Amino acid sequence: MRFDRTEISLALIAIACVLFGFVSPGWLIFLLTIALSKALVVQGVVMQMRSGLVSFGQGLFYCIGGYTVGMGGQFFGIHDAIAALALGIAVAIVVAMILGLLLTRYRDIFFAMLSLAFSMILFGILVKSQELGSTDGFNVHNWTVFGWAPETGADSQQTVFTMTILAGLVIAIMIHRYTKAGIGVICEAVRENEVRVEYLGLSPRWLLYGNYVAAASVSALGGGLTALATGHVDPEMAYWTTSGEFIFIALLGGLGHVAAPFIAAIVFSVVRTYSIEFVPNTWQMILGFTLLGVIVFLPKGLWSLVSREKSGERT
Amino acid sequence: MKNNKATFSKYLVSSAAALALTAGIASGASAAENGKFRVGIVTFLSGAAAGPFGVPSANAAKILVEGLNKGELPAPYDKMGINGVEIEAVIIDEAGGATKQVEEYRNLVQRQKVDAVIGYVSSGDCLAVAPVAEELKTFTIAYDCGTPRLFADNAGAQYMFRTGLDASVDNIGAARYLVATRPDVTRLSGIQQNYSWGQDSWADFTAAAAKLLPESEIVEEQFPKIYQGQYGAEISALSVKRPEIVHSSFWGGDMEALVLQANARGLLEDATGLLTCGEASFATYKDQAPNGMIIGARGPFGAFAPDNALNTWFKGAYNAAYDLDPVYPATKMAQAILGLKFAAENAGVADKEIPTAEQLASGIKGATFESVSGTVQMARANGHQAMQGITYGEYHYEDDKASIVNAVSFSGECVTPPEGVSAAEWIAEGFPGAQCN
Amino acid sequence: MTSFLAVLIDGSIYASWLFLVAAGLTVIYGVMRILNMAHGSFYAIGAYSAASLVGWYFNNGIGPAWISYLLLVGAALLAGLIVGVIVERGLLRLMYGRDEILMVIITYALLLILEDTMKIVWGVSPYFAYQPYTELGRTAFGLLKVSNYDLALVGVSCLLGLGLWAWLERTNQGKVLRAVIHDREIAVAMGVNVRLMFTITFVMGTTLGALAGALTAPAISVVPGIGIEVIVLAFAVVVIGGLGSIGGAAVGALLVGLSRAAAVHYAPEFELFVIYGVMSLVLAFRPEGLFGRTMARKI
Repeated sequence: MRFDRTEISLALIAIACVLFGFVSPGWLIFLLTIALSKALVVQGVVMQMRSGLVSFGQGLFYCIGGYTVGMGGQFFGIHDAIAALALGIAVAIVVAMILGLLLTRYRDIFFAMLSLAFSMILFGILVKSQELGSTDGFNVHNWTVFGWAPETGADSQQTVFTMTILAGLVIAIMIHRYTKAGIGVICEAVRENEVRVEYLGLSPRWLLYGNYVAAASVSALGGGLTALATGHVDPEMAYWTTSGEFIFIALLGGLGHVAAPFIAAIVFSVVRTYSIEFVPNTWQMILGFTLLGVIVFLPKGLWSLVSREKSGERT
Repeated sequence: MKNNKATFSKYLVSSAAALALTAGIASGASAAENGKFRVGIVTFLSGAAAGPFGVPSANAAKILVEGLNKGELPAPYDKMGINGVEIEAVIIDEAGGATKQVEEYRNLVQRQKVDAVIGYVSSGDCLAVAPVAEELKTFTIAYDCGTPRLFADNAGAQYMFRTGLDASVDNIGAARYLVATRPDVTRLSGIQQNYSWGQDSWADFTAAAAKLLPESEIVEEQFPKIYQGQYGAEISALSVKRPEIVHSSFWGGDMEALVLQANARGLLEDATGLLTCGEASFATYKDQAPNGMIIGARGPFGAFAPDNALNTWFKGAYNAAYDLDPVYPATKMAQAILGLKFAAENAGVADKEIPTAEQLASGIKGATFESVSGTVQMARANGHQAMQGITYGEYHYEDDKASIVNAVSFSGECVTPPEGVSAAEWIAEGFPGAQCN
Repeated sequence: MTSFLAVLIDGSIYASWLFLVAAGLTVIYGVMRILNMAHGSFYAIGAYSAASLVGWYFNNGIGPAWISYLLLVGAALLAGLIVGVIVERGLLRLMYGRDEILMVIITYALLLILEDTMKIVWGVSPYFAYQPYTELGRTAFGLLKVSNYDLALVGVSCLLGLGLWAWLERTNQGKVLRAVIHDREIAVAMGVNVRLMFTITFVMGTTLGALAGALTAPAISVVPGIGIEVIVLAFAVVVIGGLGSIGGAAVGALLVGLSRAAAVHYAPEFELFVIYGVMSLVLAFRPEGLFGRTMARKI
């Protein structure tokens, strides 16, 4: 297998991050862990944006991932974090395969609204489920990695951080290859013009279906990692405002590069944390102006600050 | 790609920038330690819970911190600040969900270096933060959240305390109040917000009513979505069943809207409303709530707080600053801050010294302290959970003035399950060992 | 039998409220192709303006109660006009021509900004304007007592729907507007001042939203966050009826209103899912909504 420069530099940055994790304070590791696992969910949103679909319900898979990890430990005795994460991905794939059959018939606003509706239905079911703690959710703890149980505290935090970085790296490389491969390019073609893709003898619907399922699995992984890091899950994960946050981060980063969602998620977390600290009463407004500023001045997201590609080139 | 080199250097630039950014934040962190006793105060500053709970609580915190720093409080809290150290409050918004609150809690402890955290109205936030408090070994007081799961799910908690009462007390107390004042009621109904709080409250109330009012039946129950604001259909569904009592654990804007609409449509004339959180809107009902509506304050708080020297000072100072009487969330916040002060000064450390989290915990664990609501015994959940009585009364509005009539108080032992017994078991067994006056 | 009557009455009251909330949203989308996430904020602004004005009127003036109804409407018109013009001229004008989805996100940013702006202006304490609500008394249908204000709201809602329809179908301006809806470029070529039409439409949409809030204000406690709660509801109604169709919004509102009332009376445990259930069901069979137009695909 040959790695191109993007992949090598991603790997180098990942290693740097893991090392950086050993010397930085706990709150910063936590912030980065959450930001990076959310970035995985955002990757799912971005994958669909590349094909022209905006999901207002990616919280659905974020929540499925989180709840599967939590329930695995709580009710089914799956304490191994890796197995629980894998289970979360599997559940998300099954759900996405069913919902995708319906959803891929829709475009634009209708896709957005219908994906939102499904996410809200899960929210409703969870709120109704008193065994799962209703809106209070439940705690996720006592997980192990390959039989090793990290001590609560800095130890387990470091472990989730490292796991998130590794998961982020693997997913980033996979998405990077995916977007460069034929199917990824065709997804963009679908966004540009669906009918022409059909004339090429391809079925846009099944392309979008595959893309939808893939995006769901990536998002579920992000949800699972968030659950491990915070040690708590609740139905808020499926609420539409959570999905709105993912779109926010996706736009902040832009579609330009696989690294953009990661950077955007970190910037978002930092901006939010500091606005909450310094202007506790108006932090939403700061976020709103940031979003507008990005749309107006950086229509291709933060990534356009580092890449100055010529207009002819594919972005 | 022809410009491979250029792309490569772009990564270096961007990653270097990202690392520099984070490193910059990291270095800015330690500016916080300044010799003051830093307390993180977390409560709702935005969203629907801000008006009824968050803002009165934050206001109470400001009053208390200011009063303590000036040494204005009556004995036994007349020492300046906390153990002679000036207090600095860091107030944080609780809105945004449990994941965000865990992040903010870590920020408070690790970046802002607070010495203790007081906060949390939402049960979900309490449950999510509790294990983190243990992990970070930080003295934390939950001042308002009501979930009985707080210590059930976190057995062996060392750093987490709760100076408020849990929600089962509200509903056992409500059922006991009905027995004391209306022993003949038979047709009960309820309307609850469809989330943990409403579901748990209703489960506790119906279980308690089944034991205490064996003749009664539940004729209707409704669970509208939280923040729905319009209860037309629900009020109709309740009305046509002709209940005598309408129990509700609604709070804030939802509760005010429910009272307004149910009153205008005659439901609250035909049936008596029983609002477990009703006191929080005591000053806003005016003539929109019918006389005789039963309201509670989740303990001896707000309008139900006793006339002791501490409460007189607190009400006076609160009134002077905001031109309002404190409602129950405000009293509960004051109680939590007094609990912290008591813990620090009972920890056995030298004057003007900030105790460690372990010392704070040992200072309050199982202790009994005086508060604006009377005497508080940390007598449950292994000394981590406060036990106090609860009072219910009827709303009365006359000559533009609201008051409470027919108040009945129940002692802590009358409404609180014994140590190690869950509320559900205790109720099911018929309240063994309850000592009612 | 009482329950059935109750379902009909509650359902139509709720439906008329839903229609009031959704009408502005669908008008704006129909003409401008903007699905306005900030619509809920306009609703909240209307509610706050009305509640503070009416509250002030009753606290100070000893004027007759009927004036307060005029104040309700007046507050909504004023608030809708001011905010509408500011937002359209100050923000949206710079954004026209962008992707439909991007416009959704721009209005999402607007929502975040407006929510905090309201907090700065009105604080977080509740506002009440209950006098217009209680003043009208109630009517008894057997055991069921219904507030006359709510019944009046059904009438207002019907009148408003008819008025909108008549404006679009029977006036010159309505015809021009329909031309813009049908084909914007041709309309421009024919000399239609599309920019002006956009301003008119947007201000009208925000005013409708503010009016919905103002008319709801007397029955509720006006607190932060009430706007957020109505957005998803209004979206669902509009999507069910078909985006941009006023008749569709009316039918969607009736459908949701009646099913919800039926759920409350007969199957309370499904109440939480009713709206999304109806929406998913309708979209599964009619992807464009009940009255939506099927679009030709671009090649």
